[in-house]
Amino acid sequence: MEFQQKAKGEKGMNETIQNMANLLPYMVEPTITAIKLFFLTLLIGLPLGMVLALGRMSKLAIIRYPIQIYNLIMRGTPLILQLYLIYYQIPKWIQMYDPDFRFDRFTAVVIGFSINYAAYFCEIYRGGIQTIPKGQYEAAKMLGFTKGQTFFKIVLPQVVKQVIPPLGSEFMVLVKDTSLAHVIGVAELYLFSTNQMATRGSMMPVVMAGIFYLIMNWIVEKCFILLEKRLSYYQ
Amino acid sequence: MSMIKVKNLKKSFDKNEVLKDISLEINNSEIISIIGSSGSGKSTLLRCMTQLENIDSGFIEIDGQVMVSTENGHPVYASKNILQEIRMKTGLVFQNFNLFPHFNVLRNVSEAPIQVCKIPKEQAIQEARELLKKLGLSDKENNYPCELSGGQCQRVSIARALALKPKVLFFDEPTSALDPELTGEVLKVIKSLTEYHMTMVIVTHEMEFAREISDRIIFMDQGVIVEDSTPEELFQSKNERVRSFLGKFRC
Repeated sequence: MEFQQKAKGEKGMNETIQNMANLLPYMVEPTITAIKLFFLTLLIGLPLGMVLALGRMSKLAIIRYPIQIYNLIMRGTPLILQLYLIYYQIPKWIQMYDPDFRFDRFTAVVIGFSINYAAYFCEIYRGGIQTIPKGQYEAAKMLGFTKGQTFFKIVLPQVVKQVIPPLGSEFMVLVKDTSLAHVIGVAELYLFSTNQMATRGSMMPVVMAGIFYLIMNWIVEKCFILLEKRLSYYQ
Repeated sequence: MSMIKVKNLKKSFDKNEVLKDISLEINNSEIISIIGSSGSGKSTLLRCMTQLENIDSGFIEIDGQVMVSTENGHPVYASKNILQEIRMKTGLVFQNFNLFPHFNVLRNVSEAPIQVCKIPKEQAIQEARELLKKLGLSDKENNYPCELSGGQCQRVSIARALALKPKVLFFDEPTSALDPELTGEVLKVIKSLTEYHMTMVIVTHEMEFAREISDRIIFMDQGVIVEDSTPEELFQSKNERVRSFLGKFRC
């Protein structure tokens, strides 16, 4: 009796491993979608955040305040709601002029993620830029550097070092947030694994998705540790 | 020939009048020390002459070029190009060095000549090395500022200012952030600069040093120049305020 149970357990174990192995090839595509979303968000969000940060610190209130409000809305409301609004509402406005307009789901999420994350990046950059002592600007001015040279040669390299740790956390949140793309039907890892869970009646696909996210973030973390090391040659 | 002319300079921060009607003239290759208690306005005067602060009214001219004059009670600064030209004739050594932490010593010194003066890289680096050698920093050219002592940092920042070959070199309390031992090492370097025959304006609390090096010492108190004389005259001054200030340093 005892022996039989053990055999059954072993058989179940083997079956699970077999199922997992079978599922793996199907998980590649949704994972690539998640990774694509991750990189496209950074590609647009990181520079956009810098533009916002410079505007956010502008002397002109007419530039500063709208960005402040933008940041409040972007950071103060759920990303999931923003994605809904972007995917369902914006096409309606555009369709008033161009009835044939269709919004590609993936494009909509990339836009939603980029403009949302840009607000977070903006605040991280701003914090970094403000840590640069006034003396650095004064020294650069006395040496005759232009404002552009001062920003790109003196300030920005020091800001990069300052913002690496907070950006690292933000990147890891982004990896996990890519799962939100499912709300408008983008076939990424979360949507795929929960569908599989429903059809197979097993938690296994969800656990596997979890492991995938963990591996991606482990790589992100490793990269940031390396980056921090490379920038540790000065204080 | 006068290198710096300041007339009726006034500067306030909010309601606090820091400089009240300052006038002075500094001749070519003269070495001037500005002394006085904290809050007397000496650093502000330096910052006005180096364009780091905008003045409220008055007139400043450097090497024959008018930096700012006053029309109808408002300061009128020269064009951007002229201001840049004047800036390139002046160097400033800061109290807390303000070296660029992400550049090594050599790049701290050579970056401005390369980027601003467009001097060929090879030449700029060679000149920077010569300067570093002169200031006793040859073995430090690959170090970063965080790896240096305060005295070494200040010598690098002097080299950085010298690299642009300024006609006037300003020092804003160059040794105030250093301990006595390092102070000596920096003062020695400043003394050695006299051979360049540059005009030097030094705000300092080092009385003995000021006495030794200066052609003239300016004593400031509460935003005005109380005394402007040779070191010998100043240290014999009958002025009550000067005597009490110097007395503190004697004992």
